[in-house]
Formats: sequence, C-alpha cells, structure tokens
Amino acid sequence: MTRTNLGMPSFPPFPEAAGEAVRDEVLRANLRRATHTIRDKRARAVTELTDWDRLRAAGKAVKDHTLRHLDHYLLQLEASVTAAGGTVHWAADADEANRIVTGLVLATGEREVVKVKSMATQEIGLNEALEAAGIAAYETDLAELIVQLGHDRPSHILVPAIHRNRDEIRDIFRSEMASWGRPAPEDLGDDPRELAEAARLHLREKFLRAKVAVSGANFMVAETGTMVVLESEGNGRMCLTLPETLISVVGIEKVVPAFRDLEVFLQTLPRSSTAERMNPYTTMWTGTTDGDGPSAFHLVLLDNGRTDTLADETGRQALRCIRCSACLNVCPVYERAGGHAYGSVYPGPIGAILSPQLRGTGSDIDATLPYASTLCGACYEVCPVAIDIPEVLVHLRERVVQGGPATRAGVRVRLRPAHGHTAERAAMRAARLLLDHPGALRTAERLLARARRLRPRRLPGPGRAWTDTRALPDIPAEPFRDWWLRERGNRH
Amino acid sequence: MSTKDRILSRIRRATAQNPDAPPIPRDYLRTHGTRTPAETADLLAAHLTEYRARVHRTDEDGLPLLLARLLSASRTVLVPLGLPPHWLSAADATRIHDRAGSTPRDLDGVDSAVTGCALAIAETGTIVLDGGPDQGRRRITLIPDHHVCVVRVPAQVVDSVPQALERLDPARPLTWISGPSATSDIELDRVEGVHGPRTLDVVLLDTPAQ
Repeated sequence: MTRTNLGMPSFPPFPEAAGEAVRDEVLRANLRRATHTIRDKRARAVTELTDWDRLRAAGKAVKDHTLRHLDHYLLQLEASVTAAGGTVHWAADADEANRIVTGLVLATGEREVVKVKSMATQEIGLNEALEAAGIAAYETDLAELIVQLGHDRPSHILVPAIHRNRDEIRDIFRSEMASWGRPAPEDLGDDPRELAEAARLHLREKFLRAKVAVSGANFMVAETGTMVVLESEGNGRMCLTLPETLISVVGIEKVVPAFRDLEVFLQTLPRSSTAERMNPYTTMWTGTTDGDGPSAFHLVLLDNGRTDTLADETGRQALRCIRCSACLNVCPVYERAGGHAYGSVYPGPIGAILSPQLRGTGSDIDATLPYASTLCGACYEVCPVAIDIPEVLVHLRERVVQGGPATRAGVRVRLRPAHGHTAERAAMRAARLLLDHPGALRTAERLLARARRLRPRRLPGPGRAWTDTRALPDIPAEPFRDWWLRERGNRH
Repeated sequence: MSTKDRILSRIRRATAQNPDAPPIPRDYLRTHGTRTPAETADLLAAHLTEYRARVHRTDEDGLPLLLARLLSASRTVLVPLGLPPHWLSAADATRIHDRAGSTPRDLDGVDSAVTGCALAIAETGTIVLDGGPDQGRRRITLIPDHHVCVVRVPAQVVDSVPQALERLDPARPLTWISGPSATSDIELDRVEGVHGPRTLDVVLLDTPAQ
C-alpha cells in the first residue's frame, strides 16, 4: 500500500510538542505579536467589502462544485494546458511526484533549481528528494530562505519564519549564507531593511543564472489552462519568468472551473491572508508564450491523500482550503503552541483537519491533531471558503476514538480505535452509570467531599494524561445538592 | 492502470453517490460603490499611494517632460518595442530594447523600464500588464530597480477585480502589480524592494474620450 508522505520525519504527539512550545517565552511573544497584528489588519480589510458574506458563499460553492466534478475539471485542465504548450503529469503520491520532478530536472542537464514558496512541494519533501539526486534546491521566498538557511522547519503557512525574530535571522544569515552562495555582508545588522537587502543580493545571483524553477500554484483554471501564483516579493515572478524550464507541482484540489471564478478568490484570498486589498504581485500564465518566459512548462498534478479526503463526506470540505492562513492567526491554540507542534507543513486549525486526512490517523501525531483545538469556532468564522473546521475536528475525534470506515490510498478500510483512548472510554462509561443512577451519584459526591483533603494535584494511572495539561478542579466541602437541600429544601 | 486513471477512478468512486452541488451564487457585487470616472481615478491614485507607489498625473502634452523628470537619475532605460516614441522624446537616458538574445544578467545593469499597461483596478490599487506591444516581456518590469508605468485615464481604469477579469485575455501572460515589491517576513515589518523594482512610478495620463 502506498504511504502518504507529508515530507516530515515522525513527530511527537501534539500535546508533547505543544507542552514544550508553550514554555518558550520568546516564541510565545513572537507569535502573539504577529498573530494579533495580522488578525486586526485582516478584520479591517474584510470590512471594506460589504458583500464579504456573499463572496464567501460563492467561494465555498465554486469549490464544492469543482470537487463534485473533479474528474471532469482535471481532464479539462489537462486538455487546456496541453493545448497551450504545457505537459501534464499525474502523481498518486509523494514518491511518484518526486520521481517525476527529479527526472524532469535531470533531463535538462541542470543540477540546481530555484523554488517559489510552495506548500505542495514541502508536503512531498521535494527538496530532500532532489538533494538525494544531487540537485540543489534553493528556496527564494525570504521566510523560506530563513527557514532553509536555519536548518529549520516552517511554522506558518503565510509567514513560515514567524517564530524567528530579527536577531535570530541576522545570526542565521551571518553564519549560513556563505555555504549556499553569496555571503552576508560582514557588518550585517538586525534591521529588517538590511536583512531583506542581504537576501536580495544573495538570491539575485541565483535568479539570474537559474535554468530550472519549481513552483506550486494558488489556482489552476480548467477552462483556459491558466495557472495563478500570488506573492509579494517578486521572487515568484523571477522564478516563473526567467528560467527556461518551469515545473509546477499542484494539488488536484486547486483547480477552478472558469477564469471568471478568479474574481471571487482574488478578492477574498489577499484580504484573508496578508490583510491587503491585493498582494503586490500576481502572475498568471497559460502554457508557454513564444519569446516570453519559460519555453518548457510541466504541470505535476498531485493526489497524495486528496482523493482519500474527498471520499470522506464530512472531512472533504478541508479540500476547499485556499491556504490563506486566517485560521492560524485567530486560533488561541496556535497562538500559544506555534506551528512546529503540529508536526506537519500544514499547521494551525486547517492543519489539524488536513494532515490527519491526508496521512491517515495512524501515527501518534495524527491521532492527537484533532484534539489540538478548543473548538471555539473562531477559525470557521474567518475562513473565506467557510470550512467548518470544528465540525471536521469532532468528526475526526470520533474516528480516532471509535474507529470506523475510511479510505486509504483509494481502498475502503475499517479503522480500529486508536491506542490511548481506553481510559477516556472507561471514564465515559462510568459517568453514564453514575448519571443514570441518582442515588449512586449522591453517595459518590458525599464520599468525594469528605475525602477532599486527600485530593492529589495530579491524577494517578490513566487519568494522568488529563491532569498533565489541566488543573484538577477543587472539590467543594459539601455537594451542591446537599447545600440546596439544607438552604432551600424546606421552602417550597 | 495508469496513475491518471487511478486518480480519476478514485475521484469517481468518492463522488458517485453525491448529488450535484448547488448552483454557484453570483449575487456578490460587481463594484463596491458608484463612482464617476474622475472618482475612480482618484481612488486608484489613493490606493496606489497607500502601497508606496509614487503617483503622477499629466496629459499627453505634459508626458514627455514628466517622464524625463522621473528618469533624470537613470542612465539607461528599457523600452518595449511598441512604446509611443514621443513619450521619451525629452528623456536623456539611453534607450535599450529587450532583445531575444539578451540574458537576464544583461538586463540587470539597466536602471529603469517604462511601459504602458493593459488596465488598472481602482478598488485594489493594481496595474495589470498583459505583454502587449507597449509593455514588452515580463522580465523588463522585473529586473530593473525602477518601473514607470503609464495608465490611460479613463479608458484603462476599471473599478473592481470582476470588471478587470472580464476585460483580460487569459491566453496572454498576465502580471498584476499592486505597489512595489515588498515583504513582511521579518517581524511583519513591511520592507519595500526585495526582488522586483524598489520604486514604482505610476503615471495617470488624462486622455479625453475619443
């Protein structure tokens, strides 16, 4: 059976990783400042559009319609891209996609590629696969560069280096740039302007000589074969237009039916993600254009767990995601735990429902991700395509605890309950018993009240997992029902 | 079975039992507000300025002198083949054409580029290039540090994103530009001029309707 690879080694379960992250005060301060800034700006940018709710409903409907007829639109897309001079490849999983891209790069005779920030290529671990084939892959988005030079992992969809402050970035540039190309200036300071300039100089020599580029895409238009990339720095434009060969790896859910559909997403995506009316640069290309831009264009359509997600009627709404990251910035859990705790390239609330569906709930990290939430619903409120993240979280929790039908690599399987939830099930059964028998409940309450001095700070045995992350509530000296009887019992 | 067939059959199995998705509601607005052409141009100018583009207004007669002033610090300027020749009649900078054989590195030394545009969007402060004769290849507005873009007002200005898409041809390479290159990746401090031009001058050229 093929394994869905999200490009990451195995990670500790979320509670463990998060427990470590919340004790990191620098991280928490960086995150808090960043998420609150974007969150406030976003709210203003959205208020400007009086028809936001209608745009949101339209975005949701376009995506649902496309997913319902995904086979049709992918075939139409393939025909359009081919007619426009591009070549389309299909990849069922990460290994196949990596094999295709590696083969295409090797065929050009080149041994280095420049990369536009892309979640899909991170998901499949493309950089590592290219490296294994002797190909150097250079990330060119400033934040991705910081992450790559720092031998680090991205922690946010939109601003992957959000966990780093300017001092840390300066240190990374000073110590690492030289081993990848042009070194950082000797006297590099920590002013963002200086740091961006150092990145500009470091990357420019790569842009000007690059013959092959790898990108993802924000949207693909079935009707016309048009690919769309939104960005800010111009590194995207550099990669998408200067090299001779362009290879785009794109999840099959990124297709939209018609050019006109972009009118919805080009209004909702920038405002939701960077809180701008429009991002500085958007590039649209359709196959190849004579004399302008790459002369060879390859599109790799990636499944890697997406058709399995599509098979789940509750969970499939995660495929509507346009990767704006608004849900991360409003999430109280993300704000404290940071992106690394999610153990996936997709952090935050959307990661908590997307990763366990793309990868299955087999590993510890994926079995705990549906619990990485307070179910407060803020993520649903801000989602520009109205993904009901709490609904999917609850659905996935049920699957983790009880098991049930799921689709893995195209095959219907029946999942067994995950390990570690036996105590929870036992506690629920005990609670049901007590609540069904008022007499037993009263006795239990009185016993507890009398033994309250013996209350431990943490529960022993299977209850420990619960008190690892929560304070055990105080036990009152007298059960409420006894108090009621004593105070009010003789008055009715 | 090929990978393509396998993916398609998985999709069909996953969706076979589902009813057709409801129709897509298109009741969102075509524009946000009613404006006169003059108000639309003002809004475009305001939004471009907010994104740190430098906005200038002139008419056909004033254009050569304005462009000469904007290019006064440039020794060389990239010129698309179809740029109206009189636009640069007063500028001193040496004109360079983007030839098929020139490499990106050749263009790296050029100071400025002057282009027209396909259209501009007022509500978002965006100019759109489509590779037309007065705009040239995508790279000429990318590599030099300074881009001067001329927008004909009112003919090339639309209010909104939906109006823009109606007028664009998806078969052409499209570049949407909203202010100069920028990043907010370091502590969310906005820094202009990362890889694209550091300076974007937009000239709103008043051209009365024919």
